[in-house]
Amino acid sequence: MDWFPLVNSLRIAGISTIIIFFTGIFAAYYIAKAPKMVKGILDVLLTLPLVLPPTVVGYLLLRVLGPKRLVGAWFLDVFGLKLTMTWWSAIFATVVVIFPLMYRTARGAFESFDETLAYSAQSLGLSNTYIFWRIRMPCCRQGILAGTVLAFARALGEFGATSMIAGYTPGKTATIATTVYQLWRTNNDELAFQWVLCNMAISFAVLLALNLLEKRTSARKPVRGN
Amino acid sequence: MSVSVDIEKRLGSFHLKVKLEAQEETLALLGASGCGKSMTLKCIAGIERPDRGRIVVDGTSVFDSEKGINVSPQQRRVGVVFQNYALFPHMTVRQNIWAGAWRENSKEKRMALVEEAMERFGLTDQARHYPHQLSGGQQQRVALARVLVSAPKLLLLDEPFSALDSQLRFRLEQEVRHVIRQFGKSVLLVSHDRDEVFRLADSIAVMDRGRVEVQGKKQAVFENPQTKAGAIMTGCKNISRLVRGRAGRVYAADWGVELKINDDNRAGYLGIRMHDIVPGNGENAFLFRVMEEVENPFSFVVMLRPEGKEDGVLIGWEVDKETWENMRADTVQVSFPRKSILLLEH
Repeated sequence: MDWFPLVNSLRIAGISTIIIFFTGIFAAYYIAKAPKMVKGILDVLLTLPLVLPPTVVGYLLLRVLGPKRLVGAWFLDVFGLKLTMTWWSAIFATVVVIFPLMYRTARGAFESFDETLAYSAQSLGLSNTYIFWRIRMPCCRQGILAGTVLAFARALGEFGATSMIAGYTPGKTATIATTVYQLWRTNNDELAFQWVLCNMAISFAVLLALNLLEKRTSARKPVRGN
Repeated sequence: MSVSVDIEKRLGSFHLKVKLEAQEETLALLGASGCGKSMTLKCIAGIERPDRGRIVVDGTSVFDSEKGINVSPQQRRVGVVFQNYALFPHMTVRQNIWAGAWRENSKEKRMALVEEAMERFGLTDQARHYPHQLSGGQQQRVALARVLVSAPKLLLLDEPFSALDSQLRFRLEQEVRHVIRQFGKSVLLVSHDRDEVFRLADSIAVMDRGRVEVQGKKQAVFENPQTKAGAIMTGCKNISRLVRGRAGRVYAADWGVELKINDDNRAGYLGIRMHDIVPGNGENAFLFRVMEEVENPFSFVVMLRPEGKEDGVLIGWEVDKETWENMRADTVQVSFPRKSILLLEH
């Protein structure tokens, strides 16, 4: 069995998760503090990919990144780089699709954070960087972890937008999801089933890890004094 | 070590306009909830930014709108103990206090400082506990220890006992009094509890609707609260509108009685504390009907209405148990001594 689709899926999901971990937290942190109006509009825009069909996301991405489109043409011109139909093209698709998962869970966590903890840290003289990484993030750990794991799990399963922007080239852009589709289409039922099992095993393990993490953190979950 | 505040801030329809000054003493901000006392603390700590004015802590301007000074909360050296203590929930007692002691560069000295603080507050056995494993009193001690190791120049206490039940309150009040005395610099205490304020503070500033109405030594403020809000906050329960008639006559309009007082012509209200009313026929004595009696653990509050009146606000009279049990009747004669009547501006 050729393991390339597994490796490719894992690296796409891994890199995408790292990207949305930082951008999602960054967006969540600033939007949680934004005025209501701005918050409402940004919230809708950033959550949209969660409910749009992946093919619509793929279409929109191709309209921007395609070799004859604005951004795609520029990259081709300046760097000689084609943004579509490579293995890492799928990262564009997964990032857009999983970003809302991270953003929404992180924002929920930040909004339930007790700001007096930050005020109190400030008045003790602790720097804003310390407060963010050593107080705000640990207090919101549970929500952020849950968002990260969910996003990773969803990234592993991305199919629609990925197949549009990266296509299916065995050994080049094939992921587990696109491989299963291709194998099924070509009547290779047995191999398709093996990949299905493989995918299910990974997703199962990821979600199990999420549950365990939640249990462990809730055992130490802070109970407020009053 | 002193603090001086003169600030203004608008928040929607609420207008905060506060002028305060404290030397090396404990100044209590006394006021009902929503009067702006917590907002004032936040402005001093640098968490909120006033629209206009100046804040000087220990001779240093930390905020001055004219000179464009707005020192960050980190640089102000103003320690705050919040109502809920704001302990970092993911850190142990030792780690919480350690976080406060960050200014100490040498690791050994910092460690010694933390251990010393834990010992002083009786927290050594709880060093490895998380805040949620502590009682309310222990949480307060951690908050105090943490703020003191950060070596503030001014200490702000925001309703420090409101999260505790009444039994614990009194004991912790002793501890806080001790801490304040040892601290030896300015302390601002926010509270709505007049007894607590009287026991802990040297001076009192009564706040109402975003303004400081009265500021002075605590005895002076309690003796003469000057305003209606001042009287209410210092615990005066009987307050009536004052109406002037001809020839120096003064009516307590809400009670329906005419009183002889030393009028100053500015007051719009008058008040008398429940325990300042005395039985018998002295000055300003009238016959009252007893409408209701409320039993307290050590006294009665008897609700009175002037004989012959059908409406008006009831007057509360607090009388010790023995006296009332000996004189209990449907109508009683009580007097409002002139020296006990408070003249109040709105």
